[in-house]
Amino acid sequence: MTSPILTARSGLARRLYGPAGWLAILVAVLVAFLLFPVLNLAVAPESPFHISAYWVTLIGKIMCYAMVAIAMDLIWGYAGILSLGHGLFFALGGYAMGMYLMRQIGRDGQYQSDMPDFMVFLDWKEFPLAWWNSDQFWWCALLVVAVPGLLAYAFGFFAFRSRVKGVYFSIITQALTYAAMLLFFRNNTGFGGNNGFTDFKRILGTPITTPETRMVLFAVTAAVLIGTLLLARTIVTSKLGRILTAIRDAEQRVMFCGYNPVHYKLFIWVVSAMICGLAGALYVPQVGIINPGEMSPANSIEIAIWVAVGGRGTLVGAVLGAFLVNGGKSFLTQQFPEYWFYFLGLIFILSTLFLPNGVVGLVKSWRKK
Amino acid sequence: MSAAAMHAPGQSGSGDASLGHVATGTLDATHGVVLYLEDISVSFDGFKALNKLSLAIDVGELRCVIGPNGAGKTTMMDVITGKTRPDEGTVFFGQTIDLTRLTEPEIAHAGIGRKFQKPTIFEHHSVFENLELSMKADKRVRKTLFAKLSSEEGDRIAEMLDRIRLADSAGREAGLLSHGQKQWLEIGMLLMQEPKLLLLDEPVAGMSDDETERTAELFLTLAGKHSLVVVEHDMAFIGKIARKVTVLHEGSVLAEGPLAQVQEDPRVIEVYLGR
Repeated sequence: MTSPILTARSGLARRLYGPAGWLAILVAVLVAFLLFPVLNLAVAPESPFHISAYWVTLIGKIMCYAMVAIAMDLIWGYAGILSLGHGLFFALGGYAMGMYLMRQIGRDGQYQSDMPDFMVFLDWKEFPLAWWNSDQFWWCALLVVAVPGLLAYAFGFFAFRSRVKGVYFSIITQALTYAAMLLFFRNNTGFGGNNGFTDFKRILGTPITTPETRMVLFAVTAAVLIGTLLLARTIVTSKLGRILTAIRDAEQRVMFCGYNPVHYKLFIWVVSAMICGLAGALYVPQVGIINPGEMSPANSIEIAIWVAVGGRGTLVGAVLGAFLVNGGKSFLTQQFPEYWFYFLGLIFILSTLFLPNGVVGLVKSWRKK
Repeated sequence: MSAAAMHAPGQSGSGDASLGHVATGTLDATHGVVLYLEDISVSFDGFKALNKLSLAIDVGELRCVIGPNGAGKTTMMDVITGKTRPDEGTVFFGQTIDLTRLTEPEIAHAGIGRKFQKPTIFEHHSVFENLELSMKADKRVRKTLFAKLSSEEGDRIAEMLDRIRLADSAGREAGLLSHGQKQWLEIGMLLMQEPKLLLLDEPVAGMSDDETERTAELFLTLAGKHSLVVVEHDMAFIGKIARKVTVLHEGSVLAEGPLAQVQEDPRVIEVYLGR
């Protein structure tokens, strides 16, 4: 009687996705690792089939956003906690990677110094403490996940333990990212002030702007995005995932069942922040700049809009939302640069009114009919 | 992550310090009393919800608690389950466990299950999953991430599905059940926790006569194995299950004894019928 439910749970691959889902992932793998590299590197630029560097960078960038959207969906769609400060974790991961890229410039900067240009300009003689070991890739790669993770842990520990919930939690996260932005705007903080980091030359010793490096970064991002999706899917289909949605729907009952919601919220909150850090680290070398603007509250709100448009609590919806909104953004900002924010507002209003479950919800309801 | 910082105050655990570990002692009810409340007072903005309330529940007892609105019945349950901290007084579970020092999940672990006035289930999970999540198990984060349902656990859930007559709805979303079915599901969830003491706040509200009848039967079979405290307004239901009845009024015990005796008590009549 319960056997169909039991068999459906056995086997991780079957637990994560059905045949259609795995087929979609296979297609994504082929597109990212075969189609894009061939059409970008092997096909001549004059050919109509050539994919230009512009597209490689754009899709690479959106894939980073899609990771952030997955992170947001884990915490908002599944655990019911709306963060309006996820841009902060993204930016911190970006800054950690940016430090390494600044060190890789070496003496090729304008002032031909071992130190980054902005430090020379400020007449600093030695690196601030935060830059310790920043010429080591492994160290910065560690910081990429450790800094957002530790900050999220410290913040979440106090917020969740004090049972800060709902809109109050959202406002505090918003304030957190805003405060961090103001901090990073200061030159004395040691991260390049409002210019941030840019003019990168190399990564792991190889020139950063060549088509080959660009394609490697693209492929790594695609791999990490797919990995993130599968990891997130593993979490939400586990018993832990069901407890997260239970906390979202009836936290009292969860407590009286003997689960401590604080630990569960903290776990998913930290995982979510670390995914954002990873996304930020992949974003910076592809886009070539990181500055405190990434921490602006509007950026974090936009992340929530991607997820709302795609459909909360589905993961795939988050990825879809990130692609749809950002694809639309890059099109509209070229055609009508001054109207983008009106469009964004309109998208948000329309999706809340007519697509309460996002695009994925719409497709699901079509299928039922 | 610092595991030490995660520890809630209270009794020390078995030394297995990992994320989400809930430490509680084991129930020692050698003196025959499972729950002991003494001189409990709780006030909200000057209003005394409980006023020097004392109550003792024996092991295996089925106790009914009645009283007019605002008598403090729900507040009493809040105090026992850790949702509300008393201003004064002590609450002991068995001889050794001081409930006023434990958190809600720790109290649940110690062996107290609670049904709310309004059925509180996981509406977006299937009936099966509702029972799965409430089942007695290791409820720490790391364990639940890698938890796999054993066939023995599956059998226990199937058994419970039969017992609460929801076997045909196992795969249904719990939010789609009828009110009475939700009440039964919540009772099933409590039993999956294998609690020693069950607190049931208006368990038959919204049930049909037939369902109420079956609930009475169920409770009578549970008494003995578990201790039960039932808060109810439905006097017909109380009549079916009652052995000993406690009447609360203005936050303290007004009368206690067999139902017939309590019903004839002039003070109880006055409270219920008005002066």
